[in-house]
Amino acid sequence: MAQVAVAHAAEHELGFWRKYVFATDHKVIAKQYLWAALLMALIGGLMAAMFRWQLAWPDASVPGWGPMGPQDYMVMVTMHGTIMVFFVAMPILLGAFGNLVIPLMIGAGDMAFPRLNMASFWVFLVGCVVLLASLVVPGGASPAGWTGYPPLSDKVEFTGSFWGINLWILGLALEFVGFLLGGINFLTTVVTLRTRGMTMWRLPLIVWQEIAAVAIFLLSVGPLVAGAIMLLLDRVAGTAFFLPHRGGDPLLWQHLFWFFGHPEVYVIALPGFGIMQEILPVFARKPTFGYRTIIWCTVVACFLSLIVWAHHMYVSGIDPRLATPFSIATIAISIPFAIMIFAMIATLWRGSISFETPMLFSLGGLVTFLLGGVTGIFLGSDTADIYLHDSYFVVAHFHYTLFPVVFFAGFAGIYYWYPKMFGKLMSETLGRVHFVLTFIFFNAAFIPLFMVGLAGGPRRIYSPMAYDLLKPLQPLHVVATVATIGLVLGQLPFIVNFVMSMLWGEKAAANPWHANTLEWTVDSPPPHGNFAHPPVVTRGPYDYSMPGAKDDWYPQTAPFSGQPQET
Amino acid sequence: MYEKPIGLNGGRYAEAESPKPGDPVVGVLIFLASETMFFAGLVTAFLVSRAASLDWPPLGQPRLPVLATAFNSAFLLASGFTMWRALQDRRCDQANFQRWVAVTAGLGAIFLALQGVEWIRLLRFGLKASSGLYGATFYTIVGAHALHVAAAVAVLLLVALRARQRHLADPAWRGVTACAIYWWFVVGLWPILYALVYLS
Repeated sequence: MAQVAVAHAAEHELGFWRKYVFATDHKVIAKQYLWAALLMALIGGLMAAMFRWQLAWPDASVPGWGPMGPQDYMVMVTMHGTIMVFFVAMPILLGAFGNLVIPLMIGAGDMAFPRLNMASFWVFLVGCVVLLASLVVPGGASPAGWTGYPPLSDKVEFTGSFWGINLWILGLALEFVGFLLGGINFLTTVVTLRTRGMTMWRLPLIVWQEIAAVAIFLLSVGPLVAGAIMLLLDRVAGTAFFLPHRGGDPLLWQHLFWFFGHPEVYVIALPGFGIMQEILPVFARKPTFGYRTIIWCTVVACFLSLIVWAHHMYVSGIDPRLATPFSIATIAISIPFAIMIFAMIATLWRGSISFETPMLFSLGGLVTFLLGGVTGIFLGSDTADIYLHDSYFVVAHFHYTLFPVVFFAGFAGIYYWYPKMFGKLMSETLGRVHFVLTFIFFNAAFIPLFMVGLAGGPRRIYSPMAYDLLKPLQPLHVVATVATIGLVLGQLPFIVNFVMSMLWGEKAAANPWHANTLEWTVDSPPPHGNFAHPPVVTRGPYDYSMPGAKDDWYPQTAPFSGQPQET
Repeated sequence: MYEKPIGLNGGRYAEAESPKPGDPVVGVLIFLASETMFFAGLVTAFLVSRAASLDWPPLGQPRLPVLATAFNSAFLLASGFTMWRALQDRRCDQANFQRWVAVTAGLGAIFLALQGVEWIRLLRFGLKASSGLYGATFYTIVGAHALHVAAAVAVLLLVALRARQRHLADPAWRGVTACAIYWWFVVGLWPILYALVYLS
C-alpha cells in the first residue's frame, strides 16, 4: 500500500510526456480514446457522405474525390464500416467511457493495470495509423467489405489490393490486441478493486454492461484472430484455407467472422445501453425500474449472443436445419433487450423529467434503437431474411441499431460526463441544436433506405443506375444523401461546443446533475488517484426521490439512515 | 432501498481500507479464457478441414513424426513440473527459484529447437503449408503453439533475470504466479493439440 501511495505522489510531478502522452491515468487514457475516436468518426462520416454522393448523383464528380468508380466505391464502403465499428464505436463506448467511469464508479484510484491500460491505447492508435495507411499504399485499400469475405479477400487477383488488405488485417489485429488488454483490465479492475461496500448488486448498470461487453469480446475475438491469421496466410504464404478450388471452405471464414461479429454488436450495444441507463434515472429523478432484472437480462443476452451468429448466413448455403435453431435463438435474444427497453420506459413513467442535452440524446437513442430492434425481428427470421438479405433494409436496420448506441448514447455520455472529463459545462443551447439536427437528419437518411430495401434494392452496388429495375429507387437515394450531408454538417454545433466549452465553458461543480454515483462525489475533473480517502458505499446507485428524504437524491456514500451528506 | 447495508459491521470489507493493486493472477486467467477460444478457433478450422477432405492424411503427403514428437513433448511436460518446483522455492530460496525458472525456460527452448528440426525435416520431405489443407493446418496450429511457447520462454527468462538482479523484492509477488499459470497453459495445451494433429 505504501508503494502505491508513493507512486501516486510521484505521479504529480510527471512531465508533459508522462502526464498527457504516455499517461497511465485512466482519465487521461479515456480522453485519448475519445479524441482518437472522434477524429476517426469524422473520417468515417466524410467517407459516408462521399459514397452517398455517388449513389445520389452517379454521374457527377464527388466533391473532394473526383469521379468514383466501383473500386473506389467499394473501398469507401469497406473503410467506412471498418472505421465506424472498430475505430469509433469501440473506442468511444469501451475505450473512452469504460476507462473513464469504471474506476470512478467503483471507488478505485485507477485501473488494475495502469501500464497495460496505456499499452492498450497506444496499440490501438498504431492500429488506426496502419488502417489509414492502407488508403495510400499501391493497389489501394481493401474493397472486400468490412466483413472481408473470402474468396474475394483471399487473393490479390480478385481485388487488385495486396498491401491494402494485408494492412486492413494487421490494423484490425492491433485493434483487437488493444481491446484485449483493455478488456482484461476492465474485468480485473471490477473484480479486485471495488471499494468497501460496493457489492456487485450495487454497481451502476453501466459498469455491469461494460464488463459484460468485454467478457463476450474476450470470448469471441479468439476465433476471429485465428481466422484472420489463416486469411493472412492464404494471402502471403500460399495456403488455401478459404479457397474452394483447392479444398478450402469460404464458409469457415463466415463462421469464424460472425462468431465474433455478432457478439460484437452487443459489445457495442451494451455499453451504449449502459450510458442511457445511467442518464435516464438522473433526469427523470426516479430509481431505475428493474435494476436486477436489467442485470439478469444483460447476462442472458451475453450467453445468447454467442449462439446467434449464423443468422448472418441464411443465404450462404448453410443447412436449413441449422438455420432454424439460429433463427429461434435470434428471436429469443430480442426478449432480454425488449425487457431492458421496457425497463427504461418504465423508469420514465411518472418521473420528473427534465430535458437537458444528455437526456435528449438518451431519449433519441431509445426511440431510434426501438426501430432498429423491431426491424431486426424480420431479419432474424430465416424465411423473411431470404428476401431481405443483402438489401438496403439490412443497411438501414443495422444503422438503426448501431447509430443510437454509438452516437446518440455516445453524445449523451459526452454531454453528461464532459464536466467530469474537462471540468467545464457544455453549452445547452448548442447541445439542443445538435440534438435536433442529428435526430432529424439521421431518420431522414435511413427511413428511405428501408424503403429502397423493401423494394428490392441490393447494397454494395456502386450506382443505382446500373440496373433498370433499380432506377425508380433513385429519388430515395437523393433524399438519403441530402440527409446524410445534413447529418455530417449537423455535427458542427457539437464540434464548436466541444472545443469552445473546453476553453471558455462555465466551470463545473463536483455534481452538476445531482447524480448519485461515486464519480460525482469528487472534483470535476477528479485529481490523480481520484479519491482522497476510499469511499464507503452504503446503497445502490439509483436512490432518487426516496420517500421521506429532504433532497431527491442520495449519493451512494450517504449514510443509510438519515439525510444525505452535502457535497 | 435495494438491500440491507452490508460491509459496515466489519466482515468482508473490514480489511480493504484502500484500493488494492491489480491482481495479475486474475488478469492472466481472464486472458487464458481468450487464448482458449483462439485455439478453439484453430482446432475448429482443423476439424472442418479434415472433415471436408476425402483422405486424411492425404495420399502422397509425408506422415507426421509421431514418436519423435512424443520424445520432444517429454521436455515440455517436464518443464511443467520444474515450474511447479520453482514456485515451491520462491519464498524460501531465491537462488533455487531462479535456477528452476531458468531450467523451465531451458526445457521450453529445447522443445522449440527439436520441433524446429522436425519442421525442417518435414519441409525437406515435401510437407508445405501451401501444398494443401493437411500441411496448412499442421503448420498453423503447431506454429501458433510454438509462438506461444517462445513468448512464454522469453517471459520466464525475464523473471529469472529480474530474480537474479534482486528486482523481485517481494517474493510473494503474484506476477510470478501469473507467469507460472501461463506456462502451465501452454504446457497443458500441447497434449491436446498433439493428440488432435498427430494421432488422428
